[in-house]
Amino acid sequence: MGQILASQFVYNWRRNVSAIAGSAIILACVLIVLFGPLVAPQNPYDLTQLNLLDSYKPPAWIEGGDPRFLLGTDGQGRDVLSSILYGTRVSALIGIAAMLMACTIGTVLGLLAGFYGGRLDAFIMRVADVQLSFPSMLIALFLMSAFGTGIDKVLIALTLVGWVVYARTVRGSTLGEIQKEYVQAARVAGLRDAKIIRRHVLPNVLTPLIVIATVQVGTFILIEASLSFLGVGVPITQPSLGLLIKNGFDVLFSGLWWTSVFPGLMIMAMVFGINLFGDFLRDELNPRLK
Amino acid sequence: MDHQTAPAPLLDVRDLRTWFHTFSGTVKAVDGVSFTLAPGEVMGLVGESGGGKSVVGFSLLGLIDPPGRIEGGEILLDGEDIARASEERLRRIRGREIAMIFQDPMTSLNPVQTVGAQMDEMLRLHTDLDEAARKARCIAMLESVGISRAAERLKAYPHQFSGGMRQRVVIAIALLAAPRLIVADEPTTALDVTIQSQILRLMRRRIAQTGAAMILVTHDLAVVSEMVDKIVVLYCGKVVETGPAREVIADPSHPYTRGLVDSIPNPRDRKPRLAQIPGAVPDIRNLPSGCSFRPRCPRAQAKCAEVAPALAPTRGTLSAACHFPIVEEIAMTGGERA
Amino acid sequence: MLAYAIKRLVQMAIVLWAVSVIVFLMMSFTGDPVFMVIPIDSTDAEIEQARRILGLDRSMPEQYWLFLQNLVQGDFGRSYVFRQPAMDLILERLPATLEIVVVAMLIAAVVAIPLGVYAGANPGKPLSRLIMSGSLVGISLPGFWVGMMLIFLFAVEWRLLPSSGRGDTVEVLGIETSLLTWDGWTHVVLPSVTLSLGTLAIILRITRAGMMEVMRQDYIKFARAKGASRKDVLYGHGLRNALIPVVTIFGLQIGDLIAFATITETIFAWPGMGKLLVDSIYRADRPVIVVYLMLVALIFVVINLVVDLVYTAIDPRITVK
Repeated sequence: MGQILASQFVYNWRRNVSAIAGSAIILACVLIVLFGPLVAPQNPYDLTQLNLLDSYKPPAWIEGGDPRFLLGTDGQGRDVLSSILYGTRVSALIGIAAMLMACTIGTVLGLLAGFYGGRLDAFIMRVADVQLSFPSMLIALFLMSAFGTGIDKVLIALTLVGWVVYARTVRGSTLGEIQKEYVQAARVAGLRDAKIIRRHVLPNVLTPLIVIATVQVGTFILIEASLSFLGVGVPITQPSLGLLIKNGFDVLFSGLWWTSVFPGLMIMAMVFGINLFGDFLRDELNPRLK
Repeated sequence: MDHQTAPAPLLDVRDLRTWFHTFSGTVKAVDGVSFTLAPGEVMGLVGESGGGKSVVGFSLLGLIDPPGRIEGGEILLDGEDIARASEERLRRIRGREIAMIFQDPMTSLNPVQTVGAQMDEMLRLHTDLDEAARKARCIAMLESVGISRAAERLKAYPHQFSGGMRQRVVIAIALLAAPRLIVADEPTTALDVTIQSQILRLMRRRIAQTGAAMILVTHDLAVVSEMVDKIVVLYCGKVVETGPAREVIADPSHPYTRGLVDSIPNPRDRKPRLAQIPGAVPDIRNLPSGCSFRPRCPRAQAKCAEVAPALAPTRGTLSAACHFPIVEEIAMTGGERA
Repeated sequence: MLAYAIKRLVQMAIVLWAVSVIVFLMMSFTGDPVFMVIPIDSTDAEIEQARRILGLDRSMPEQYWLFLQNLVQGDFGRSYVFRQPAMDLILERLPATLEIVVVAMLIAAVVAIPLGVYAGANPGKPLSRLIMSGSLVGISLPGFWVGMMLIFLFAVEWRLLPSSGRGDTVEVLGIETSLLTWDGWTHVVLPSVTLSLGTLAIILRITRAGMMEVMRQDYIKFARAKGASRKDVLYGHGLRNALIPVVTIFGLQIGDLIAFATITETIFAWPGMGKLLVDSIYRADRPVIVVYLMLVALIFVVINLVVDLVYTAIDPRITVK
């Protein structure tokens, strides 16, 4: 069964242009995250490498551009390309780490709520309901305004925003699973709850989470960018793409567009790739829509 | 009784081929089906599910969606080939000339429109009546299909009706524009057994009153035996037997029809178990060579694997597509050769 | 019906109460507001006195009780920065925010629904694919960046539209609006388009998904078998069924629009309550943040109620219980 699914999956993937494009973009982003700093022309946060004389150089192909700075420089003479390579790393890692935390916490709470029901379930689900009636962006903004800036704080805020969707989904499928005969039988046979959950329930509720988790990385990257743009996200010593755009915003009115345009394109490409792949996964894993 | 030579058929389907081009191959759902239908005649289109019966029905209304396509053949309605008619023309044929009754009344009515609005739509599309006249016609029609307090019920939504009631509404809608042909696709399959015969009786009575012709698509020979004049049996997209209803059911000449007849429960029969056709309908993308029924047929011989049999007269008024038809009842057990 | 109304009101009250607890708890983590209200050179005695006046010397439950009492009485405190009642500050700026939110909703609905219907009814056609790819780009774009790009193109490069502010306003029924002046409209266009983009993409995708689901239903084929035109089938029979999920998402999107208005308003220097919130966060102007959150919470619970009521209007199978 697994093999059939896998081969069918690969078969469909190879015939789906947008799935391939999405995977290619994701692969490129992974490479940037892993090796970006190694290939970056300069370390934009090493002040000894910066020269104020190089400030606000336009991209290399425009008159006045400098071949050393392919995508131009910012006000401190920082290479925009290098800043993007470093910033992508911050943005992507925040997105992925927050997704993993939200997914873990949400899944555990969803399993507990679905498996045990009762007051615990009611409490978790009421909290989820209240939270879901507020936009994620607003909750994150509010949390960050209370926490102050910092990568760790962004991660906590995103986790608090993101767990709900997993908890709800997992609870739903858990309720379905525990109705099934083999789970009932395992319970009657006196298997420990933890074992039943781990062996029988968990594997069967994970599939729908794959799509949610994929797309959520993109969502988190966008939320983090917005928070940083508003100045309540990452600190200026570890700028993400969103913070780069914020810095570029101040000089945009003087026509110095490259410091904000390129980081924005990078975010767009990254999230677009994730969403393309997420769409493909959704079609593959949700046979009802086929 | 001899419809084959009836002067002017209402419907003359010739060599209809409706194919579906899917990624895993071409599905020849209907592959060379021919039959005629006289005005007022009731025909049963019979076969197991997957045999292409419903596709014939949808082809008649031009409701085949991609990847499906009418590849060839003619559908002559009063001599006009509607297989090649424009969408514009088809829209005027649908409902007005040919109406359709669907299988599942729970899903064939729009859940967010009142029954009245869905009935009214038919009259708005196909008549010039004013609102009051349309309403009167709808009320009369609902009453004629056995729905009481019709004026009130017009304002109700489908979910407020039971399955049987909904199918009555669907029948009423189909009859509203006085079509000359009704295609009923398994009209009672989704209903309770007790409701089934009520609905069938209703259809027979109402259709006889209006004088419309009908094609009753069903997998259930027992259903057609009570109400049709003639039967066309489909297997894997091809006609395997055709003839007057009584003869087809009493004494079929094609082994497949024989199998279908034997699987009808008969209270007078004291057989301990119902006979069943062995095996299953083959994958239509990957049909066996020669006769499609060969792998399941008790009479199959070497020739059946080589040449696909053509429809030909077998006995009396019956025609069948079989190299070794059942010529006499008694010959059932014999191993006669052609 | 009455029982339903009471149940909903109680639910709304519980949500608002929960929000008040969370807001209170979060606010008490964020620094000491006493330093916001006293002069820098205050003595310790003056600080202590200020604490007593603000009620900060009491225990947390007592403080919360005070906070709740004030909320219920409609006393939301005064802005530390503006020295005005916080509620007045917010209400003053609410119309400006609603303006761009409403225009953004309209843009999203008018563009997204027809495109979604087309893409859902004609899956596989090249134009549908283009629409879907476009919508995917739409949800992948950082909204604030789009706003910046619009400013750069329309205001800096082409000088066609103003980049910031609200323009001329007219007072109608005591509310300032820019939607009735030409100058006002030139100011509204860019922020609204920026704000609408994400919602537009989402509504489009939901409409398409709903349409695809609906087009498979028997009643669509039955409507076609009646001889109904394609337009009647799509809009008469299809869309209304497909709209049911769209309405929910639309309701939720109003919330998202208000949330994202904070960023849009910041970029376009639009004098709405979103910009006020961001400014207040920078200045740690606690009373304004509290009022904003409570007001927005109220707006959201009302939206949720309205969504449920609209549901019953478009889907006769759902009745209020």
